[in-house]
Amino acid sequence: MGNILEIIGAVLVLLGSVFLFLGALGLVRMPDLYNRIQAGTKASTLGTFLTLFGLLLIIPEWWGKLVLLMTFILITNPVSSHVLARAAHYIKIPLTDKTVADLLNKEKTTYKVNEEIKNE
Amino acid sequence: MVNTLLFISAIIILLAILLTLYRFIKGPTAPDRLVAFDVMTVSSLALIGLIAKFSSRIIYLDVAIVYGLLSFLGVIIVSRYFERGL
Amino acid sequence: MKVKNIAAIFLILLSIWILLNNQFQIEVMIIGVILSFVISIIMGSRITVFNELKFSFKSVFYTIWYLFVFLAELVKSNLDVARRVLTPSLPINPGIIKTKTVLKSKMGRMILANSITLTPGTLTVDIEDDILYIHCIDVCCEDIDKATAAIVDKFEKILVKIYG
Repeated sequence: MGNILEIIGAVLVLLGSVFLFLGALGLVRMPDLYNRIQAGTKASTLGTFLTLFGLLLIIPEWWGKLVLLMTFILITNPVSSHVLARAAHYIKIPLTDKTVADLLNKEKTTYKVNEEIKNE
Repeated sequence: MVNTLLFISAIIILLAILLTLYRFIKGPTAPDRLVAFDVMTVSSLALIGLIAKFSSRIIYLDVAIVYGLLSFLGVIIVSRYFERGL
Repeated sequence: MKVKNIAAIFLILLSIWILLNNQFQIEVMIIGVILSFVISIIMGSRITVFNELKFSFKSVFYTIWYLFVFLAELVKSNLDVARRVLTPSLPINPGIIKTKTVLKSKMGRMILANSITLTPGTLTVDIEDDILYIHCIDVCCEDIDKATAAIVDKFEKILVKIYG
């Protein structure tokens, strides 16, 4: 029984590493920054998540730290990619020529967070 | 069987990190390098997990947690620096 | 109102402590309880995000259901992006579009934006009150209502039931 779980875990680890590789490939192939963020950070989130989940199936005694790492990655990774995309758009990193629409007004970026910090 | 599969996946992750390193060196703008750095650190979290399994030491997972925390903070701080200076 | 906030912070900190230590000896637990209690008292008045949490059977049920919907969506769209990356001609059609949300609470909006960011193909670039600016890898429609129906609705209809 434990053996089957170990093999499933190993296959999940392999799948996760393939997703990590695809994310890195997307990072190299995509034409502009925003598409690189799309392909890179999110495939790497799923890849790392699957790898750690596979490790969890292989070594169940380590569940505490592995679960902590998985939740940590799932929470922090979208935040960092969002902040990065916003900063890049603010400093006018150009979008690729294939872009069809850009509805975000560049002059009017929200600065609510900054106001809250000032008021405190 | 299991160890072979894990070894193969470790090699694939290493290749992925090499690819992101290419983007990190070449990347035309600074945010491109930052994206590459982000992907690189998240991938190496998985690699650190695998290394912890190979040497069967749970203490390496603490290294992974602190590493992930520092990389997250680094990305946030550098993006804020891009946006409005330090 | 404030008690609930402090309790939420306390529970989160304590569970992180337990997961980090991975053992249930009495001394370790006592230190964890004391530390999380002190930190939650100090930070309780500053972190107000947890005020919007509702602890009820319905919200827990919908949270778990949301997790499953979200994971299914994550895997599905990751496969989609993998297909795009592997195709030699790189079939992308990117652009930044507007969508609208009906969620009022900060917590609900944060979870919505994070979910949209984590499903590949869409990336939240900015939030301005109830307008979300989303970078799509494959733009379906520039019209605000159609885009909302295509991207936001599947997460929103569950989040509305949790956060109102």
